[in-house]
Amino acid sequence: MSSIILRTGVRFVTPLMLLLAALLVLRGHNEPGGGFIGGLLAAAGLILQTLASGSGASRRLIRVAPLTLVSGGLLLAAFSGFLAMIGCGAFMTAIWVESLGLGTPLLFDLGVFMVVVGTTLTVIEGMAEGNA
Amino acid sequence: MNLLAVPILLPLVFASVMLATRWPRVQRLLSVAGALGLFLVNLAILWQVDRVGVATLQVGGWPAPAGITLVADRLSAVMLVMTGAMGLGIAVYSLGEIRRRKQRFGYHTLLHVLLMGVCGAFLTGDLFNLFVWYEVMLIASFVLLTLGGRRGQLEGAIKYVTINLVASAFFLAALGVLYGMTGTLNMADLAHAVDRIDRPELLTVLAMMFLVAFGLKAGVFPLFFWLPASYHTPPTAITAIFSALLTKVGVYSMIRMFTLVFVQNVGWTHGLLLAIAGLTMVSGVLGAAVQSDMRRILSFHIVSQIGYLLMGLGLAGPAVAALHVPGRTLNDRAAMAVAALGLGGTVFFMVHVILAKTALFLVCGVVERLRRSASLDRVGGLATTHPVLAGLFLVAALSLAGIPPLAGFWAKFMLVRAGLEGAAWVVTTAALGTGLLTLYSMTKIWAEAFWKPLPAGELQRRDRVMTRGTRLLMYGPTFAIVGAIVAIGLWPASLEAFATRTAAQLVDPSEYVAAVSNHAIFSRSDRERAAMPADSGTSGEAPR
Repeated sequence: MSSIILRTGVRFVTPLMLLLAALLVLRGHNEPGGGFIGGLLAAAGLILQTLASGSGASRRLIRVAPLTLVSGGLLLAAFSGFLAMIGCGAFMTAIWVESLGLGTPLLFDLGVFMVVVGTTLTVIEGMAEGNA
Repeated sequence: MNLLAVPILLPLVFASVMLATRWPRVQRLLSVAGALGLFLVNLAILWQVDRVGVATLQVGGWPAPAGITLVADRLSAVMLVMTGAMGLGIAVYSLGEIRRRKQRFGYHTLLHVLLMGVCGAFLTGDLFNLFVWYEVMLIASFVLLTLGGRRGQLEGAIKYVTINLVASAFFLAALGVLYGMTGTLNMADLAHAVDRIDRPELLTVLAMMFLVAFGLKAGVFPLFFWLPASYHTPPTAITAIFSALLTKVGVYSMIRMFTLVFVQNVGWTHGLLLAIAGLTMVSGVLGAAVQSDMRRILSFHIVSQIGYLLMGLGLAGPAVAALHVPGRTLNDRAAMAVAALGLGGTVFFMVHVILAKTALFLVCGVVERLRRSASLDRVGGLATTHPVLAGLFLVAALSLAGIPPLAGFWAKFMLVRAGLEGAAWVVTTAALGTGLLTLYSMTKIWAEAFWKPLPAGELQRRDRVMTRGTRLLMYGPTFAIVGAIVAIGLWPASLEAFATRTAAQLVDPSEYVAAVSNHAIFSRSDRERAAMPADSGTSGEAPR
């Protein structure tokens, strides 16, 4: 599919979708949103990119293998829960930096985000290359 | 330090790292290291729980019943240790058995995800969380089952997945109804919340829904047909870990629910459990009798042995019902003795059957590796060519049949004694008869695979050569497990004492409930509050 309309459209739409995905992840811990939906949206943006300019395009954009992204995401999510255990809290206890409004749930959400993006891209790449 | 989250975290971390690792050698090393770590951590948990008492952890610091509880009593802890031990054994064994290509294709990652799911299921104190762990196990086991994608594997996997999805649907529906009726899914909270339901007959209906859901997973009569239909298809190491852990999670869930929550109408529920136990034993062993493939025979025996596990649970009915009301003690010594022997026997049997079945499957894997087939028509003469293998098989098989002085004998001895003291003649007869038929079926494998000369048509086919390394990897875990069976058989006292302590904790759930309510906001009726011993400082405490 190398329609010029799609390619031109994607150039505007994909960045917007990625921005919206980032917004969803950031507000996720106490408003509608979160890592999962953000990840899906980002993956959708990357898939559009793939559709417009071939399967290598999104890989060039994120620069790592999708499975590495999944692995990193899982580790990040586990780490966000583990942080509390260092400070003698229960596993997964949220630690907040009150002044910034940032905390470990955001790390967890980022982990989920990476897992969702990685998984979706693995599936799509497999299908695009016809070896799924 | 509270270790309860570690059995979930550790496999997760190792699985994630292995997912990104490109070097197969590192992956294999990590797999064994992760399994070893899990085993050691689980041993530490068992040690702590047995000495100090029920351990709990409120994940994220949120109090129950809103937050998820992780809780380990003796039953959970011993199941965790068995999970760790079998995970370690299989991780080593599969290095020898499973083709390198499959190993690269995510086998080790999935094995650890499976171990995480199983550990989570044993640890969680929250029913909905249990459902989630079931799904984690299901997804991991589905991919493990189809890894390699041979035709037979896909066929088996479709049956497996379909039936497990049905079980999940039942489970989820039952969860929804239970939540609607009680407003909680925390197991310790449910123990008393169910008493407040004003229509007890609905509770029995609900108990039946859970029985179907867990029964499908555990493979009890008449819901076991999917198990022999799918378990013979994947590599033996995968069948072995499934047989060791997956059905046992179903049995564990039943033990948990039918000692803690559904104990109001024991005449019906536990009576039914006894009937199912007897039928499962007999139908499983009869199914095995007509098979002529080692792995299929062993798969039917998985089913048959599940019956014994339920027998002890069914026998404990009267005692758990009586002790369910807080503050009441049971004066009926006889019922208490039956419950202690029954549930103790179940725990003992659980340890024994996990060891014996895994050992048998591992031996079967070696036979398949040597002769390319486990069909009894195509193998033979292994006793002369591979006497060590024959010896390993013999010990595990005799233990499964319950021949003294092996572990299986003591396990069955406890269960049968409970059956006789509880005057449950029919199920006791079934248990003894099944033991005999198990012996028959093990003799059949022995006579066909190990004793009879190699069939004439097979003479020109030579054994596949096993390298020294492969032999070490495949025989090592088998030796260790068979060694454990012999050791338990020769010195059963400490395991029996532990099993009895576990039974005591299950019969009287107050310790379990109290440990969880330490960190909980449970609503209690005034009657229950009055019946509570005066320890409101610990268990009626307001949230932090």
